[in-house]
Amino acid sequence: MTEVSVPVVRGILEANDRLAEANRKRFDEAGILVVNLMSSPGAGKTSLLEKTVDGLRGRLAMAVIEGDIQSTYDAERIHRKGVQAVQINTDGACHLDGGMIRKALDAIDLNGVDVLVIENVGNLVCPAEFNLGEHHKVMILSVAEGDDKPLKYPLMFQISSALLINKIDLLPYIDCDIKKIHERARQLNASQDVFEVSCRTGEGLEAWLAWLEAKAAERKNARRE
Amino acid sequence: MSIAQSVLDIVQEEGRAHGLTKVRLIRLQVGELAAVVPESLRFCFDLMRKETIAEEASLEIERVPVVARCGECGTLFEVENNVFLCVHCGEPVMELISGRELNVLSIEGDAGGEDDGS
Repeated sequence: MTEVSVPVVRGILEANDRLAEANRKRFDEAGILVVNLMSSPGAGKTSLLEKTVDGLRGRLAMAVIEGDIQSTYDAERIHRKGVQAVQINTDGACHLDGGMIRKALDAIDLNGVDVLVIENVGNLVCPAEFNLGEHHKVMILSVAEGDDKPLKYPLMFQISSALLINKIDLLPYIDCDIKKIHERARQLNASQDVFEVSCRTGEGLEAWLAWLEAKAAERKNARRE
Repeated sequence: MSIAQSVLDIVQEEGRAHGLTKVRLIRLQVGELAAVVPESLRFCFDLMRKETIAEEASLEIERVPVVARCGECGTLFEVENNVFLCVHCGEPVMELISGRELNVLSIEGDAGGEDDGS
């Protein structure tokens, strides 16, 4: 018996990254904008999606992949709005991964779709590490969660192209300093686009819809070139 | 959990490829910005490695500081307290040099021999 030392130097997430790249290729060939929507549980991902589906009707064709540990409740909510929605149940996993998305794509007809939104499992930690093949990571933080969240989950803020600060209609009733959220998010990622919204009142949503339209147009142009 | 599983997959694959019968040490690199808590990784890894060649392996985790380079003035600096703004000119950071590592660096163990018990 001999003692050996083996240099490995391999990325722990390399298998997932390969799958994500393959997904990305499919999206790019189809000229579709893909957004990975992340937040903690209850920040308003599905509510935002419902409002987004309503707001984009007649402007962009949407499809949705819903990720949850259990239940098909969210996909049903979106499906009722007349949009293709596929539910992934992760059976315990706290995030989606590239392989789950590849499987879900078999159940979606991408023809004629402009924007595919992937709603990740509610969690501000692990989803940040697992690429799905998306063009943009977008996160929601609801003001009820507190203004300290950028300090506690830096990676999620650092890598998200856009941040939606949701439930701003609650601000008069809670101790959350929205200026601090802006300041802290800017320190982590100054190039991030930030939107203050309320899915309940509809305030601020138009700017978010316009952002999606602009990003979708970028993908279409990239495909033409 | 799935990160611990990926580590184990890589260790088993590399161990087999290099004829290791038992892995004693696994060296990992985890960036300070990675969404991985070393303690949780150790805990999950302990649960998963039973009855594998890594059953007795210890995990050595090297943390990598978050280092960025300013796109404006070129200053190389360590990011402290999660402030991704250039310490010299205040511009936002666009380029991360390190801090997001999640790598298996090397494994050590026993190869071959008649008394490997397998």
